[in-house]
Amino acid sequence: MTEPSSTAASTVDVPPLTVHRVMGTETEYGIIAPGISDANATVLSTQVVNAYAATLREGLGNLAGTRWDYTDEAPLSDARGWQMGRSVADSSQLTDEPPVLTAEEVALVDQGGTDPSEDAAVLMNLVLSNGARLYVDHAHPEYSSPEVTNPLDVVRWDRAGDVVVQRAMARIAATHGFAPVILYKNNTDSKSVSYGSHENYLVPRSVPFGRIAAALIPFFVTRQVMCGAGRVGMGSLNQQPGFQLSQRADFFENEVGLETTVRRPIINTRDEPHAVAEKYRRLHVIIGDANLSEVSNYLKLGTTSLILSLIEHELVPIPEIAEPVRELQAVSHDPSLRHLIRLTDGRRVTALDVQQMYLEAARSAVTAQGGGDAQTADVLARWESLLETLRRDPMEAAGQVDWVAKLKVLQAYRDRDGLGWKDPRLALIDLQYADLRPDKGIYYRLAARNAMERLVSDDDVVAAVTDPPTDTRAYFRGRCISAFPKEVVGASWDSIIFELPSQRRLQRIQTREPLRGTAALTEELFAGSRTAEEFVSRLQRGPEPSMAP
Amino acid sequence: MATQDQRNTGSRPEEQDEATVDAAQAPAAAQSQDSSQTEGVDDLLDEIDGVLESNAEEFVRGFVQKGGQ
Repeated sequence: MTEPSSTAASTVDVPPLTVHRVMGTETEYGIIAPGISDANATVLSTQVVNAYAATLREGLGNLAGTRWDYTDEAPLSDARGWQMGRSVADSSQLTDEPPVLTAEEVALVDQGGTDPSEDAAVLMNLVLSNGARLYVDHAHPEYSSPEVTNPLDVVRWDRAGDVVVQRAMARIAATHGFAPVILYKNNTDSKSVSYGSHENYLVPRSVPFGRIAAALIPFFVTRQVMCGAGRVGMGSLNQQPGFQLSQRADFFENEVGLETTVRRPIINTRDEPHAVAEKYRRLHVIIGDANLSEVSNYLKLGTTSLILSLIEHELVPIPEIAEPVRELQAVSHDPSLRHLIRLTDGRRVTALDVQQMYLEAARSAVTAQGGGDAQTADVLARWESLLETLRRDPMEAAGQVDWVAKLKVLQAYRDRDGLGWKDPRLALIDLQYADLRPDKGIYYRLAARNAMERLVSDDDVVAAVTDPPTDTRAYFRGRCISAFPKEVVGASWDSIIFELPSQRRLQRIQTREPLRGTAALTEELFAGSRTAEEFVSRLQRGPEPSMAP
Repeated sequence: MATQDQRNTGSRPEEQDEATVDAAQAPAAAQSQDSSQTEGVDDLLDEIDGVLESNAEEFVRGFVQKGGQ
């Protein structure tokens, strides 16, 4: 959010229409150890976290912040204004409790793995110098990106996460005594299971949640035409052969709800702002597919952020869909993009028509405000151009959109070898599209042939593996991790915990304002502090820019 | 690769075609592929052939995940 420009009484001022806002992504990677049929997924995921820790030790990195601070986690708090009881929640919803490995699992992780000179503690969590979190989430390794302020930076730090786990994967493959693991940036095993790729958007709490939900449901039902990752097989149990746009669509059962692992809703109501709760909510979006295509990822975040901006300005159209869950799946199941969605006003429109309504509302509102900032203009131009392309011939979007890129390869195999949709080779191509090994992954092979449009250079991504964004509190978190590796013992989105020799108690620094703790506000503080003691005491003393709200 | 095959490159899964697609409106772009594009596709498929896991059925069956968010 930009500097306050109005004198409105609300606690957060609404900026001009823009794609800019505090946002971030979470990716749960698929994971296997080929050839080991009884591999324990939690153990494999833990190996990934520990292998990355080993690469950090080796590169003179550090292992600060290995404890996650769960103090402010509230996964059962519902945006509609109530709390779910712990006893009725699915155990997988209790994400505010640290995971625990059995002794047997610890032994498996340690086997042949860690450097004997190091503390043999098995890590389930790392906070990285780029401000991200790498941890074991149930049975998957998860990378949660640092908070960024725009969709292009989402692409940069999201890809940085892919590089992080690629390095872990390479480390495991090179470690004696370990079976190689393969990670996949996908969302289903196409048997019965799905795992998430979430987006987070900071919105002013003053915007009523019901308005957000109503305006986003038709948008989420239809945005898969631009950012679906493609899937071979239909149904949550893969009951029908065929191809569909989305990895996730068949796993959604509700319109609005708190759950993320069962009875998944199009709009998730988890109200866990990780920020000043009176001012902000964090919209937790669970319906997206994990994207490898940069354009799909950029437009996924960019258009959604712009729609939120329209909602904040009360300028959003609401083409209310009669049966959103059914239409979500029907749109996904029709790669011709001609399926007609029934609206509550009786109209029947395609997913592209619905997207066009949002585009036109956004474009005219931005134009009325003088054209918008550069990235907003870029998102609008790409969105418009992509919808035009998809309307003309979806296959022409193969260089921009994951599902089309995947379908084009699948179709070429079908044509060459006469394969039906039940052929296991097509299921393998679907899976291997998302294989994160650069020499094996089909997305990476396409990208290497310049068949996929790129938005961020490889060098920028490598820098983002270690460097935090400069314009959010992720800068403060990441710099604390790299500057004070011995003293930072824990962290979370809204806190950093120092253990100082002179203090008996841990010192907890709160970072509840996502747009503070930036380089502009804290760079000098880092540069001017020789020790963690000095740093913390200057922070607590003021009058320097306060990180605490 | 036969001409008929090339024409199919841009078509949709037949399951959907039956339900929703009017064949007369099939995308035109797929019908105008020139030979260089065909060579590109052949070359791409050769490359993917070289990296695909060897036993597709077994490999796909072995990709079993536990639930997530």
